[in-house]
Amino acid sequence: MDDLYREVIIDRYQNPRFRGELDPHDYSYQDDNPVCGDHVRIDLRVDESETVTEAKFSGDGCSISQASADLLVEKITGMKLEDVRKLGKADILEMLGIELGPVRLKCALLSLKVLKGGVYGLDDVMTLDELAAS
Amino acid sequence: MAASPKAGTLDVNKIRADFPILDVEVQPGVKLVYLDSGASSQKPVQVIEAMDRYYRHENSNIHRGVHTLAENATEAYEIARGKVAKFINAAKPREIVFTRNATEAVNLVAFSWGRANLKEGDLVVLTEMEHHANLVPWQMLAAEKGIRLEFIPVTEDGLLDMAALPDLLAQKPKLVGFTAMSNVLGTITPAAEIVRLAHEAGALALIDGAQSVPHMPTDVQALDVDFLVFSSHKMLGPTGLGVLYGKLALLEAMPPFLGGGDMIKRVELRSFTANEVPQKFEAGTPAIAEVIGLGAAVDYLNAVGMDAIAAHDHELTAYALERLEEVPGVRIFGPSADHKSSNASFTFEGAHPHDVAEILNRHGVATRAGHHCAMPLHNKFGIPSTTRASFYLYNTKQEIDQLVEALYKVKEIFG
Ligand SMILES: Cc1ncc(COP(=O)(O)O)c(C=O)c1O
Repeated sequence: MDDLYREVIIDRYQNPRFRGELDPHDYSYQDDNPVCGDHVRIDLRVDESETVTEAKFSGDGCSISQASADLLVEKITGMKLEDVRKLGKADILEMLGIELGPVRLKCALLSLKVLKGGVYGLDDVMTLDELAAS
Repeated sequence: MAASPKAGTLDVNKIRADFPILDVEVQPGVKLVYLDSGASSQKPVQVIEAMDRYYRHENSNIHRGVHTLAENATEAYEIARGKVAKFINAAKPREIVFTRNATEAVNLVAFSWGRANLKEGDLVVLTEMEHHANLVPWQMLAAEKGIRLEFIPVTEDGLLDMAALPDLLAQKPKLVGFTAMSNVLGTITPAAEIVRLAHEAGALALIDGAQSVPHMPTDVQALDVDFLVFSSHKMLGPTGLGVLYGKLALLEAMPPFLGGGDMIKRVELRSFTANEVPQKFEAGTPAIAEVIGLGAAVDYLNAVGMDAIAAHDHELTAYALERLEEVPGVRIFGPSADHKSSNASFTFEGAHPHDVAEILNRHGVATRAGHHCAMPLHNKFGIPSTTRASFYLYNTKQEIDQLVEALYKVKEIFG
């Protein structure tokens, strides 16, 4: 019945594959979406060739924010950091396979913002509004 | 479940005809079920037309003008002030200060009265159920002046823990600030009693009436409250306008808030003499059309009758609680119907409030999901957010039935 609540979204929300924390980790970052109180943290381990060997997310929030984090963490596992840095809004939308209005778009992009915060460091990260408009 | 379109003594069908937006289809074939008046109410044609008329026929800046339009606009503005004063039974129209919203009204009190009267170590008592509007301004003052903040706790069932008040008052607070109706729990707090106890302890009392003033009769003289704040847009009026009621002697003793035009009597290069109350607190060109719109909103509310509105909103709330309780997985926050009105906030097991609101929206039902600007209260209950349905004079029991039907769809999706 529903294009937004595709099976993959509900499935990932209810049975996330990559929920957890990594200790120790090489990168860890967390952030909130104040609009609906979504919270996402992502922990990464990378090897000497700067490839993500393991990634986990934790937090709470709506199905879109949490499913997006689970899918994103899966996607970046095995990726080189330089490729992770190139990920953008279009990749997230393609990954989710749904159309999103302006409010839910921010739910979906929170995990990307967190990931970028982790791998770029704080200074270089776009706000959720900027990401949504990118 | 059979439900009549009439609730209480209101002719809801007649009222609904005055609100053009209630005919809007939010999606093709899906009519709006507006259950978000707690965030902002809809506006009747009477309010829309009053503002339209002003812009078409009367638009001009107020005060200081001697031409006809300026005189008419000034008069209309001041007539509206008088209506608002009467609506809350203020002794004088001068006790009504127009601000941008309820939030700015609290900031005005904290900035002006607070900075002039509070010093390091002084105590302000608030409650755990405050909206951020009646919390953050005091936190800012605490950071600036070193005042202390203490809080009347909220009980498990969503009431103020009045048993904790004597100990707090024994610490001789300078001000007790509290909401008369919680925007999350719907709790109607014992306002008159808190004001009386605050006064006995030598404190002033400030009431956040953003939710209570739209939903029940308010009498500031009977309450004997020192300050009352509320917002036009939650009581059928336009956005961009709030009200601060203050006892005249207090307002007169307070220093100005913002500086600029209209708030002065005389200005020299290095000094000024402040204008009289209320102009002293209304720097710059005010929201003239909006004030006139609020005047029309007050006329509308009076014509329907605040007692009838209070009874209607309470009846809808009680009905909503009853129906929501039937839905498996729904957990409602706040006290029983006896102690609340105007809204029902809940969580749905297995589905985040934002998803719940999204699915309700597909069925035309507009609710709000989030922390409703009361993060500490949500923390207290150990939840990040809730879905809130809120009710007003134009809502019907059928609409609550539609809310409940749509909630069963949430269950279908989230299992
Ligand atoms: C209890 C309460 N206080 C204060 C406010 C703030 O109102 P405004 O945003 O119009 O300043 C609200 C509105 O959400 C409220 O519900």
